[in-house]
Amino acid sequence: MSSRIVPTILSRPVYGTLTPTTASAHLLIADADGGTAILDLAKAAPAGFFDSAEVCYVPGADADFSDELQQLSPRQFHTSPTIQALLPRLSRTFERLHMGTSVYLAGSESLIGLATQSAMQAGLDYQALQTEHRGTLARRVQCVHCKGTTENVTTQPAECAHCGLLLFVRDHYSRRLAAFQGVNINAEDPTDVPPKIEEFT
Amino acid sequence: MSAGHRLLGAIDVVVTDVVELNPEVKRFHFARPDGQPLPAFSGGAHIVIEMKDGDVTRRTPYSLSSSPFETDDYQVSIRRDDNGRGGSLYMHRSVTPGMAMTISHPSNLFSLDKRATRHLMLTGGIGITPFLAQTAQLIRTGGEFEVHYGFRSHDVAAYVDELTARIGHRLHCYADDQGQRIDYDRLLSSQPAGTHVYVCGPTPMIDLVLSKAKEHGWPDAHVHFEHFAKAPPGEAFTVELKASGITIAVGEEQSLLEAIEAAGVDAPYMCRGGACGQCETAVVEYDGELLHSDHWLEDEERSAGQKIMPCVSRFRGKRLVLDL
Repeated sequence: MSSRIVPTILSRPVYGTLTPTTASAHLLIADADGGTAILDLAKAAPAGFFDSAEVCYVPGADADFSDELQQLSPRQFHTSPTIQALLPRLSRTFERLHMGTSVYLAGSESLIGLATQSAMQAGLDYQALQTEHRGTLARRVQCVHCKGTTENVTTQPAECAHCGLLLFVRDHYSRRLAAFQGVNINAEDPTDVPPKIEEFT
Repeated sequence: MSAGHRLLGAIDVVVTDVVELNPEVKRFHFARPDGQPLPAFSGGAHIVIEMKDGDVTRRTPYSLSSSPFETDDYQVSIRRDDNGRGGSLYMHRSVTPGMAMTISHPSNLFSLDKRATRHLMLTGGIGITPFLAQTAQLIRTGGEFEVHYGFRSHDVAAYVDELTARIGHRLHCYADDQGQRIDYDRLLSSQPAGTHVYVCGPTPMIDLVLSKAKEHGWPDAHVHFEHFAKAPPGEAFTVELKASGITIAVGEEQSLLEAIEAAGVDAPYMCRGGACGQCETAVVEYDGELLHSDHWLEDEERSAGQKIMPCVSRFRGKRLVLDL
């Protein structure tokens, strides 16, 4: 399965394909369909790869690969019910990580973005992380007006969950916030309400 | 060298002091004649020093080794290289206090990454110089760091006492003649996430650290190195400058860039050490061998034979035409 993400402006993140490295330790983080990226990586991984691997997984409602991932017998396997619930653990994991551990992120852009943010807070460069997009295109969107972040945005335009403005979801992305930018689409005439299209599914 | 070509970002200075640190290394102090401060710089920055040695003009990059917070006194520390093209010999033999010289505005190709949670500095020999400025900067601005400094013997190791006084236990010294070696494997396998590694020293040391870092899984974005290639002497050759419509000769002791400048052609440059990429020049055609000495071009670019860095690279063969 290849990513459905089309590169647009430079700010819009693009992702690669997870490739096993020869590092002495590995940290793999995925949600939902991202689990299949780890399963695919496992096919190319050298023997013993998972002896030094830690896997953190957030199963999706209709995409749960927990059992298959556990069968890879990673040194540590951990699941979290939501990405938000995983973040405190990630933050501790990145803090005690050593340079030279390979980090692999796979799944939704929200998972990849939030894990990248956590890694960057520990001082890791975002370019030091391998990423692969799988599954939903749903976005985290920051409203540029009230600064509130709305999770799992699938429509264009979308309503800000905080201030209620109708937002045009841009490809303009912030790694610091792990969010796309949303700008009010009908500021001049709030009665002009364009139809919502399911664009990020 | 035509008088019309002034050094890029030239600053007229006076040599205020020359201090012999050991039999191989001298420190040179520069100030403005009017005593006004020189431009601000950050740790790791270099200047290009213009040396008028008889008929020959050399322009060579040196790291600033003084504190970025003391801009009324620029310092560079130069090791005498008896086998070089003569720049360091000229500095050691002919430069004396009171002399007027020209230096370039400082620029930095080896700056600290401020996102780092920790800085691991690896150095050998005279490669210590940028770290003198960087550690002075970090002491003032705060930041965790460690310096691992290898040298042949204590007789020729500059700044060990000064650094010990300044940074204490954060300095680790390794004397070759006492069988001490930097344990790169141990260092590179035990750093916390967020560490950046910096290396400056002899070419084999830089190459070793870069390959060890890769082996230990360090991402490129966390690995920094500085190595000013020296423009090596070599066989004399001629080069056609297509846009200028002239053919010039490059002498054995002259760099391609120096010959181009001596012919009055305005070629771009900045570091003059094969590191910054500014002087990248298109090769229109050639019949022979491009002798690349820079750290700028990628291997594919070298094998493609369409680019050359005139500050350090040379040519051997029948015909070379450059787009200048």
